[in-house]
Amino acid sequence: MQILKAAAAEGRKVDLQALVDAIPYCRFLGIRVDRKGTELTTILTFSPHLIGNPVLPALHGGVIGAFLETTAIIQTAFEIGGASLPKPVDINIDYLRSGRPVDTFGRAVITKQGRRVVNVHAEAWQDEHTKPIAALRGHFLVASDEAES
Amino acid sequence: MTLLEASGGTALCRVPYDEKLIGNPETGVIHGGVITSLLDNTCGIAVGVKTKLVGAIATLDLRIDYMKPATPKQDILAFADCYRVSRNIAFVRGLAYHTDKDDPIATCTAAFMLGTKSFRGANLPAKEGE
Repeated sequence: MQILKAAAAEGRKVDLQALVDAIPYCRFLGIRVDRKGTELTTILTFSPHLIGNPVLPALHGGVIGAFLETTAIIQTAFEIGGASLPKPVDINIDYLRSGRPVDTFGRAVITKQGRRVVNVHAEAWQDEHTKPIAALRGHFLVASDEAES
Repeated sequence: MTLLEASGGTALCRVPYDEKLIGNPETGVIHGGVITSLLDNTCGIAVGVKTKLVGAIATLDLRIDYMKPATPKQDILAFADCYRVSRNIAFVRGLAYHTDKDDPIATCTAAFMLGTKSFRGANLPAKEGE
């Protein structure tokens, strides 16, 4: 991606909000990134179009999954700094609590960084960080070789 | 997203290609989260048709393996089969593809909790003879 390439060429960290805003599906979900030094928090601002179960009401499981996946991708892109977006190989999502109709926050940690693949763990929470609503574990391809993409 | 078929313990859904679903603006490939959403939903529907529980279902976990990127501008289909239902849990496998089930974009396995708290009693199927 151009934004990533430019940042890599200039040897600086990428502007994460600009990166997220360049991804149409992230714009559709309304994902924002809060960066404090090297600590990243992604924010899924509540909006009625994110509801999956209108009776409860609860956030859509797929939306929570997409949010966690984006959180993992952003963290990986930030730390690894390749020229293209990390590509998901497999993800495993555990749904721990129902997502209430409020803002959701996400953080990801790279558990293991390999040459081609990273293992990432991400969590999403609402009021309390210690009470996650969902967690993701996954592998993402980070091969910087453009020919491979 | 539209539901095309739901019978036995299976469901088939389609999500048409849309620019707002793009995950990589340079290639036009759909965001992985869209596939997640589609598979979660399709698996949930398969559980719904198998158990006759509507709404009283919660995803416990969902594992997705991405086989290849989706082809831009093509609709995505998702098929799910609820192959086992126990007292509390339903197990489902599913796949997302364009035209050929043998050439999937992604496969998934999921487990669902049945008769979740918020719905308990409200949505369970009537017992025989009631």
